[in-house]
Amino acid sequence: MLKNHDIFETINMIREECLDIRTITMGISLFDCQSDDEKRLCTKIYDKIMYHARDLVQTGAGIEKEYGIPIINKRVSVTPVSLMCGGISRDGALNIAHTLDRAAAELGINFIGGYSALVQKGFSNGSRTLISAIPEALAATKRLCSSVNVASTKAGINMDAVALMGRVICETAELTRNESAIGCAKLVVFANVPEDNPFMAGAFHGMGEPETVINVGVSGPGVVASAIRRAGDSCNLTDIAETIKRTAFKITRVGQLVAKLASERLNVPFGIVDLSLAPTPAVGDSVAYILESIGLEKCGCPGTTAALAMLNDAVKKGGVMASSHVGGLSGAFIPVSEDAGMIAAAGCGALSLEKLEAMTAVCSVGLDMIAIPEDTPAEVISGIIADEIAIGVVNTKTTAVRLIPAGKAGDMVCFGGLLGEAPVIPVSRYSPAKMINRGGRIPAPLQSLKN
Amino acid sequence: MKAVISVTGCDAVGIIAKVSAVCAEYQVNIVDISQTVLQEYFSMIMLVEIDRINSPFTAFVDRMSELGRQSNLEIHTMHEDIFNAMHRI
Repeated sequence: MLKNHDIFETINMIREECLDIRTITMGISLFDCQSDDEKRLCTKIYDKIMYHARDLVQTGAGIEKEYGIPIINKRVSVTPVSLMCGGISRDGALNIAHTLDRAAAELGINFIGGYSALVQKGFSNGSRTLISAIPEALAATKRLCSSVNVASTKAGINMDAVALMGRVICETAELTRNESAIGCAKLVVFANVPEDNPFMAGAFHGMGEPETVINVGVSGPGVVASAIRRAGDSCNLTDIAETIKRTAFKITRVGQLVAKLASERLNVPFGIVDLSLAPTPAVGDSVAYILESIGLEKCGCPGTTAALAMLNDAVKKGGVMASSHVGGLSGAFIPVSEDAGMIAAAGCGALSLEKLEAMTAVCSVGLDMIAIPEDTPAEVISGIIADEIAIGVVNTKTTAVRLIPAGKAGDMVCFGGLLGEAPVIPVSRYSPAKMINRGGRIPAPLQSLKN
Repeated sequence: MKAVISVTGCDAVGIIAKVSAVCAEYQVNIVDISQTVLQEYFSMIMLVEIDRINSPFTAFVDRMSELGRQSNLEIHTMHEDIFNAMHRI
């Protein structure tokens, strides 16, 4: 029999502490849409997505109402489109972008992911075509998300791709200059990209995935922050870690339930639950506030990396037991523009780019949704990407970079909705241009003698 | 299948009657009620059976929310499984 206390705890988590399911993402394979006729390729892609995801939004809304848990986003991810681009022109790749955007609009979903390429060892023709189309594709569409994996622990870092992505980011920013360079908010550069990530902008449907799949991303930074505050000032860090673990367990159980229901109702296999603490700009839904409730004066001060390491680990430990399959990015996200506490910390100077880089060594994702000055040279952006990617490659973890060159240092740039707003953070004035322009590959790191 | 109806707000005459009337209208069977009044604050949890419900469950959820708005109460109707998932291993 349920206890009243438990029932009110759940209701309170949802109503007061912003507990929600961040996304139900349906992965759809496009392999059988292959065609050397560009028009036919687009028609097949459109038809397949519309057929499989036709009930996604409605099913999500039904679960939301019956179980009383908000499901914020319903999304679709597809096979990396670069695999479809081998035999087609750049215009063909742009037509696919429009096709995906149109399908997303008709389905009523806010983002569709998979305009992606994996180039950790080198470029195929399809990857080159796709990457050359990214800036224009992101400028001309509303819902399309793009990602490029430039490195992995096994392959090393493709520095030609790192150099290229610096230029692609600059070009995307330029083409969407009138909208705060919003195109760059939908473009992620990865190392060790997961193939089952439900979160945008980095979601795509990996090569080893089934025909269709349901992946669910949970959230709930507000619930964790409240639990820590309730635990009080007298408990030590062992107790805090335990509190985070218990809370993460409860949050993830809801994710598992929703994933199971969505999978049954849509008749699509369940893939994974992504155990992430994904913040939103809403007050009380911030990862930075969790760190501050542990005892930091401001997120970014000394001690932040240690607190984040503990948080990230405890979330995983609590979540793993709550779900039958865990995957995706699984960890605490620290996107600057999407987190009220991060915005405040970056605004007052407590949080620098260098500190953020250190923090990404111990948590999920990477340098995420960070506004940098719009006149930052492409080589400097590539240098920032290379540093972040190296952290992922050496530590056998996923890292990513989503930088938005917009405005001048100290300005506030607004992206709207879940993407939030961010103060423009200054970057180093010194240039890595010579190193970046050398190109080539940084060899895969040694996996023993770890020090 | 069961659902949990939680009702909170200022105490007044006839709250349980109103909620029960809607349950009866939808052929929803009340299994258990636990109710307290702390100072002026009314709080109730009702466990109901929805196997023989005569409309879609979502319509019942909407009707209860509507009743909450009309009566100045917070009424949440949620499928029991979300609580079981969260609080039972």
